[in-house]
Amino acid sequence: MAKTTSWEIVMGLEVHVELATKTKIFCSCTTEFGGDPNTHCCPICTGMPGVLPSLNRQVVNYATRAGLALNCEITRYNKFDRKNYFYPDLPKAYQISQLYLPICRNGGVEIEAEGGGKKIIGIHEIHMEEDAGKLVHDPWTDSTMVDYNRCGVPLIEIVSEPDFRSANEVIRYLEKLKAILQFIGVSDCKMQEGSLRADINLSVRPVGSDKFGTRTEMKNMNSFKAIARAINGESKRQIEVLEEGGTVKQETRRWDDNKDASFAMRSKEDAQDYKYFPEPDLIPIEISEEVIKQTRNSLPELPEAKRQRYVSELGLSEYDAAQITTSKYLVALFEENLAAGYPAKELANWIMGEVMRMLSDSGKEPEEMGFDYRYLGALIGMVQKNEITRNTAKKVFKAVFEEGCDPVKYVEEHNLKTVTDTGAVKKAIEEVVAANQKSVDEYKSGKEKALQYLIGQSMRALRGKADPQTVTAILKELLG
Amino acid sequence: MTALELGATIKKGDISAVEAAKFSLGQIDKYDSKFSCFVTVQDDVLARAEEVQKKIAAGEYTSPLAGVPMGIKDNMCQKGIQTSCGSLMLKSFKPTYNATAVEEIMNAGAVPLGKLNMDEFAMGSTSETSYFGATRNPWNVDCVPGGSSGGSAAAVAAGECFYALGSDTGGSIRQPASFCGVTGIKPTYGSVSRFGLVAYASSLDQIGPLARNAADCAAVLGEIMKQDKKDNTSVATDGVDLNAVLNYDVKGMKIGIPTDFFGEGLDKDVAATIEAAAKQLESMGATVEKFDMPIVKYAIPAYYIIASAEASSNLSRYDGIKYGYRADDFEDLLDLYTKSRSEGFGMEVKRRIMLGCFVLSSGYYDAYYRKALQAKALIKGAFDKAFEKYDLILGPVAPTTALKIGENLSDPLKMYLGDIYTVMINLAGLPAASVPCGFDSEGMPVGMHLIGNYFNETKILGAAHAYQQVTDWHKRTPAEI
Repeated sequence: MAKTTSWEIVMGLEVHVELATKTKIFCSCTTEFGGDPNTHCCPICTGMPGVLPSLNRQVVNYATRAGLALNCEITRYNKFDRKNYFYPDLPKAYQISQLYLPICRNGGVEIEAEGGGKKIIGIHEIHMEEDAGKLVHDPWTDSTMVDYNRCGVPLIEIVSEPDFRSANEVIRYLEKLKAILQFIGVSDCKMQEGSLRADINLSVRPVGSDKFGTRTEMKNMNSFKAIARAINGESKRQIEVLEEGGTVKQETRRWDDNKDASFAMRSKEDAQDYKYFPEPDLIPIEISEEVIKQTRNSLPELPEAKRQRYVSELGLSEYDAAQITTSKYLVALFEENLAAGYPAKELANWIMGEVMRMLSDSGKEPEEMGFDYRYLGALIGMVQKNEITRNTAKKVFKAVFEEGCDPVKYVEEHNLKTVTDTGAVKKAIEEVVAANQKSVDEYKSGKEKALQYLIGQSMRALRGKADPQTVTAILKELLG
Repeated sequence: MTALELGATIKKGDISAVEAAKFSLGQIDKYDSKFSCFVTVQDDVLARAEEVQKKIAAGEYTSPLAGVPMGIKDNMCQKGIQTSCGSLMLKSFKPTYNATAVEEIMNAGAVPLGKLNMDEFAMGSTSETSYFGATRNPWNVDCVPGGSSGGSAAAVAAGECFYALGSDTGGSIRQPASFCGVTGIKPTYGSVSRFGLVAYASSLDQIGPLARNAADCAAVLGEIMKQDKKDNTSVATDGVDLNAVLNYDVKGMKIGIPTDFFGEGLDKDVAATIEAAAKQLESMGATVEKFDMPIVKYAIPAYYIIASAEASSNLSRYDGIKYGYRADDFEDLLDLYTKSRSEGFGMEVKRRIMLGCFVLSSGYYDAYYRKALQAKALIKGAFDKAFEKYDLILGPVAPTTALKIGENLSDPLKMYLGDIYTVMINLAGLPAASVPCGFDSEGMPVGMHLIGNYFNETKILGAAHAYQQVTDWHKRTPAEI
């Protein structure tokens, strides 16, 4: 094949999302993350002989909610099926899942397409299932141990259509999915705790071809950055194989983010036969029209609607509105202070500026912002009332973000209030003027730069607590 | 003495629960070495009897069964007591929880004597496949007691306990009851919680009592038949009034006999005995009528496909990782699984796991499992239709009386065919009992199969009770006892 062929990447995603129920899907154990190994389990979730599952109805409610928010059709008559395979983290040796009648089908999410415009990513289905435990290898004793704490934590698996053409589209879709699921309260989607994990099915084909290439699957990716690198790495690998005249093998591959390469795990030939059959221990679940209607009505305003409203009603820029609505927590920060009377644009500026910068500097996710959201408003209020300068406010915000300090108290304790006594300001500036005769002369001879220097010196003398405009005005007056 | 008679005597204070327990332990001492009914005899029987006696005196236990010694099939979890399912795989397993049925019967003041032998994981019709050895039929020690609840039936027949809990997936209560000359009922699917019953085939398994007569069965069933939130498939049984069993009259009752139950393979003596029982019921005022039910022929294949499929999945958890048997030497994970399961399970269990894996495997599901589900629906439909016309359906429980030990082990297909009358009841989810109604020319007991519509346990046991008021087959005991 000529090296000039240009290639198109085709991808579909399977996203596993842990639901935010208090208890597990089939028993009353807590779903709390962490905990000492095997302390969040019971005979049911560890698959002891004779025990039976009891369905947590909240799982069905959350899955229905997710389906409606993702524009799916809801299956009225649901069943669970057993997926059989042996692995030590799966104590029953089968996972209770849904194969034949998944709870949601035929949905979609709109994202910004690569190269502009909108694009719908189809959702093929969403099904409910239970999570497995975790294997922990102990290098000290060279043995593997099982922690069943996560066993039976409820999951939904969101299976997309093969609609993705670039890593950016995948990331945008995941961001959108995460925001929607957080907004409707069905999951915290903490990728670092594994409550949102993606499997990527990827193939490549010559541009213009309408046939799918052979795909590989990369499992359990749990950071956006790793996902982007994995997609770029794996697509490059496949293209190389094809350009060298080889064929891509259908297989599951593991992305090693440290080595920046993927490795074959198992091929199609030794793919498991899961011997699915209907779960006889659980009766079918019917979801009535009435429940669907109630659930639909109980959905909060979704990110997309918010984004549009922020632009049309609050006058935010498209970009700012889109960014803020990627996170339930940024929206809460915005809306809580908006409701308290702070101006939308000012709030948006702060969020897009300082908040985003602090998040990026600290490597934190919005859900990890530990401060009282009202503090941002308080800070803006002090600036509006000229109690502190904008620069001081930025410094104070760092303390708010990092330590959760109350900004009002912080300003007082650190004596950061703007000096409003014009007499004191004037006195300080006069001293600066007196001590910098050279600059004064330069300014008078027409060097504008000298004025900036004098302003800087004055602000410094005032420890930044004066309004720079006032300082400039006084300086100009003194210098004639 | 029946369980209810003993219960009444204890209540009156004529004998204590402790004395009753001592009597039963004596019986076990005397007979169990011969019949091997018990896998485990509990060492806390007398302590439990004392506690029960105190609670009876204090008025805490008011059940007519309070203080009566009984046995539990070894596939029902009992806290702290080995629950082996007749398998090496679970020989070391002591549950930390009670099965709901066990819990309920304990709440009624039962005094459990121990765990009763069974075919390994309830797979078999002879109680020979147990890791702990074969149970013998008290009527003839060269014969099997039937299975899989063979230990339960034999223990009641031998007088080692006054009643027992068994489980029935394809006839495992009724067939041994028939072989051992005791009364046993498999209630409507869902009416007794399966929580804590080690699963064989989840959609077919059901717990029920085996006892000396229908009245005892009704009393036991009354204690364990409750909806349980721990079993998603359990159902409310509020409409079932088992007290009415004692005053039941068969006069005017319409009983149907499927002609298809009397085809090839049915032993002549058994056929004659069932015909005689039908005549007896007729003479008591019931009308008996024959009808065709050709669907019968699909029952065995459908049953073995569904039961094996579910079993293959249910038994996958015994992997040597968490509890139960683990092979001593293994190379890696796959080797650990393979060796532990190869060594821990017996022949019949492995046969059914393999059968189940085959019918569920990709490409065969539609040809086998889906077809079997369709056959199941047809069988259910045929019974629904029959019950539009009849109050009860009558037939044999098994085509023969108890076979000789070893006769069937070598020929599994023959053993499977022996389940022909019982498995369709489980597929349909209906209640059905085996009621002693005579003996064959060798002196081995024959049971009649009384099948009722859903939740018609009262009708079944009521008719059986009425029958037992005018016959004494159920009162006969093996010569040795």
